[in-house]
Amino acid sequence: MEALASLFIKAVFVENLALAFFLGMCPFLALSRQISTAFGLGMAVIIVQTITIPANNLIFHYLLKDGALAWAGFSEIDLSFLGFISYIGVIAAMVQILEMILDRFFPALHQALGIYLPLITVNCAILGGSLFMVERKYDFCESVVYGFGTGTGWAIAIVVLAGIREKLKYSDVPAGLQGMGIVFMTVGLMSLGFMAFTGIKL
Amino acid sequence: MNNQAREAFLGPLINNNPVTLQVLGICSALAVTTSLVPALLMGAALTSVATLGNVSVSLIRHHIPGNIRIIIQITIISSLVIIVDQILRAYAYETSRQLSVFVGLIITNCIVLARTEGFAMNNGVGLSFLDGLGNGLGYSLILVIVASIRELLGAGTLMGIAILPLVSEDGWFYTNGLMLMAPSGFFIIGLLIWLIQSWIKPQPVHTVVHVHDLAGSEAS
Repeated sequence: MEALASLFIKAVFVENLALAFFLGMCPFLALSRQISTAFGLGMAVIIVQTITIPANNLIFHYLLKDGALAWAGFSEIDLSFLGFISYIGVIAAMVQILEMILDRFFPALHQALGIYLPLITVNCAILGGSLFMVERKYDFCESVVYGFGTGTGWAIAIVVLAGIREKLKYSDVPAGLQGMGIVFMTVGLMSLGFMAFTGIKL
Repeated sequence: MNNQAREAFLGPLINNNPVTLQVLGICSALAVTTSLVPALLMGAALTSVATLGNVSVSLIRHHIPGNIRIIIQITIISSLVIIVDQILRAYAYETSRQLSVFVGLIITNCIVLARTEGFAMNNGVGLSFLDGLGNGLGYSLILVIVASIRELLGAGTLMGIAILPLVSEDGWFYTNGLMLMAPSGFFIIGLLIWLIQSWIKPQPVHTVVHVHDLAGSEAS
């Protein structure tokens, strides 16, 4: 239990996907102009991340890993080279299914998150989370915690950035730095702040 | 035709650079640039995927049904990335360990999908080839610049060869550890954007991508 809690803290703060590994930068920079938008996208990322990382974990352990097909009688097959295409397929399919489920059972939530869901398929934080999960050999429980943790960390980062950018509108920024330039500086300072969490362990 | 070809190839190198001006594909541009060797390899990998992806999509563009075009493009791109990844593991194992997940993340790199969706779907094979090559090289250029700055100031070396004599080896150069960490990547790209925007052309403030642009091109 303690190991899982420590993994969660690590995924949220120490190894924040956006600020320490630069994952999901395109939507992170493009959709962080307003807190409400950022919050919606952050929620969508948490949900999708919590579902897809464990799903990909099962696929990796029972279909792709070296010798994983032993249960079907093919113990010598190593399909791990098919990893990338399976993970992105699972992510695309999960996003589609999630969208249909939300549309059918939670129309209000679908209204709020609808436009962000398709964008998530090509968000590298999602695929990156799955690839890190495989590279670090997490088991199923760890992958659930890791998925939820990384999603939460990404959501916190984008909401904070949106908050700063809303205030930044009133600042006097040098001409060439307006637009994306100053956003990069802001994110750099945030990343510097998050480095203070390095070394925290439960 | 000739002008068009030159524009497709040279445009993305500086004037319309995908990283600094369109702010695409930032993730890997920041993450693999702590030293020059992985950055060069990553640039080569992305250039080959962007070029071959553009050519393949352009070849079959008349046969792709409109409503499933994104998934077809992603399938083509991920197959190419798998090939590149296997080649890197076979011939450059150490560097491919360093690049870790970022080779796989070429699949979701906005530059590749933006070019196949935005250019190869509407243009011939030759032009798409040049466009893919140009965008790949434009991305590699930024990668090399950022990586050179970070490796030189962070470790005093370039491609592993000592350039600035370190204090620990009786030289005069104190290494700047921050250059090897995450924040400096953001600062350097921010400064590059500043430089390019005030040097080439004063950009109007509203060039930032909006939600509907992204939703329209699905190229985030």
